[in-house]
Amino acid sequence: MLIFIIYKTILVLLVFLISLGIAAYSTYAERKVAAFMQDRIGPDRAGPFGILQPIADGVKMFMKEEIIPTVSSKFLFILGPSLAMLTALMSGVVIPWGGHLTFGGQTFPLQITDINIGMLYVFAVVSFGVYGIMIGGWASNNKYSLLGALRASSQMISYEIAMGLALVALIMKTGTLSLGQIVAQQGDGLWNIFYQPLGFLIFLICAFAETNRAPFDLPECETELVGGYHTEYSSMKLGFYLFAEYINMFVSSAIISSLYFGGFNIPFQSHFGFDGNLLSLLQVVFFFGKIFFFIFFYMWIRWTIPRFRYDQLMFLGWRILIPLSILNILVTGVIMMRHEIFYYLSNIF
Amino acid sequence: MQLTDRKKVVVKKEMSLMEKLYIPAITQGMTITLKHFFKKGATVRYPEVKREIAETYRGQHVLKRDEQGAERCTACGLCAVACPAEAITMESAERRKGEENLYREEKYASIYEINMLRCIFCGLCEEACPKEAIFLTDRIVPVSGNRKDMIYGKDKLVEDINHPIDLSYRQTKAVAEFKKDKTKAHNQTWKDKQNLIKEKSH
Ligand code: SF4
Ligand code: SF4
Repeated sequence: MLIFIIYKTILVLLVFLISLGIAAYSTYAERKVAAFMQDRIGPDRAGPFGILQPIADGVKMFMKEEIIPTVSSKFLFILGPSLAMLTALMSGVVIPWGGHLTFGGQTFPLQITDINIGMLYVFAVVSFGVYGIMIGGWASNNKYSLLGALRASSQMISYEIAMGLALVALIMKTGTLSLGQIVAQQGDGLWNIFYQPLGFLIFLICAFAETNRAPFDLPECETELVGGYHTEYSSMKLGFYLFAEYINMFVSSAIISSLYFGGFNIPFQSHFGFDGNLLSLLQVVFFFGKIFFFIFFYMWIRWTIPRFRYDQLMFLGWRILIPLSILNILVTGVIMMRHEIFYYLSNIF
Repeated sequence: MQLTDRKKVVVKKEMSLMEKLYIPAITQGMTITLKHFFKKGATVRYPEVKREIAETYRGQHVLKRDEQGAERCTACGLCAVACPAEAITMESAERRKGEENLYREEKYASIYEINMLRCIFCGLCEEACPKEAIFLTDRIVPVSGNRKDMIYGKDKLVEDINHPIDLSYRQTKAVAEFKKDKTKAHNQTWKDKQNLIKEKSH
């Protein structure tokens, strides 16, 4: 029991640190990717190739003056970024990072907890994340912040519906809400993307909207709203918001690859004949490869597509994605029940 | 009259289904950005690497001295009048006895300032100057964190007597030839003038 607790604590700490590390280096990667796509070089002064840039940025953030507007509600003002950070870090708990490790006859799963409502948990936590933005924007007592917060909340609520409906089709197919089992099912068969291409597309678009990334970064769109909900924030509280966005990106990349791209599974892994521990470690590496690809994909999209107009965003959410996801559920249902339908029809005629 | 053949008639037509899907357009855009991702950047890593600049580059100004090392500027103010950015200010003073080796003309600029933040490096001052006293060089004006430092006085503008700046390549051949003609008052240095006066009095 003690070993179990120690192991879980270590795992939680590891996931926490890795999330923070990846978020920090995502900022660096984002700037590099943006630079390369615009035929520039990007940050290259801090350390070789500028790899110390995130540390410099972090130090800068901490050294900046901390300003809390006198007209704002102080408690809520601090609660905003804390909530954003908290929810961003919480969703990493249910993600299966790899198979099992075996030491001295004891197996240690590389997943903090495989609750049987894993997907619902992720959903709950992600929807909770909007409170961080809403409270922050409201507490700032600034019209731009308030508009940003408004946009964020309505956007999240709109896209959560389509996202949930896209997932319903996936859950109909897998028959489980547990992320561990969903990944395990894809171990030897085809990845879920091949069963749910439309669902994947809808989920992907909604994931972009949920993480407030371009082309759906309306809550913080600089050209209209100064900084959106974090206009009034400075120092590390601003850093928390920015960090939370990158952690969200990391977690949603992990979830997309778990749900639709086989999670930690390596294609044809059963044919390689690796033993347990080595295979598990390889799986972790492979999983991170997939995650990095999706993080890159996020950035790739950001530096390609311009921002949506707000009415276009709502149009896309309510009048295109939601009907499409309902259609997707219908088609999935028909395909799943095809034998019964055929049987029924042949009885009639 | 048609000036170019790039005329394009804009038609506001309904988008086709393919265009309404957006996905082909987005993939097209993504291929373009990916292509650029692997392209070499256009950045020049200044200050380690310096871009090649033209010989007639218009950079930091220099107030020239003549062959004897006397300042050429006579504080006529024509450069200041010509300057579209109103970057130049000066104060004139009269040359005293014994200062002939310092200033070429009887009147000289005791204060001469160019505000490098206002200057647009158009080179009109250089064109306006009747004494060939001010030139733009290929030196780049360094940045500063402070507005005061960007107002360059005579200490920074007048050419160092031990390190004259060669600007002959900025002149056309015709001008270089013309300048050798010492019978023209324009080309005479202070010494030349003295010699001429002496010759006349003899
Ligand atoms: S270069 Fe143009 S703007 Fe600059 S001082 Fe000369 S005339 Fe003025
Ligand atoms: S630099 Fe030339 S134009 Fe300007 S005041 Fe001196 S002599 Fe006149």
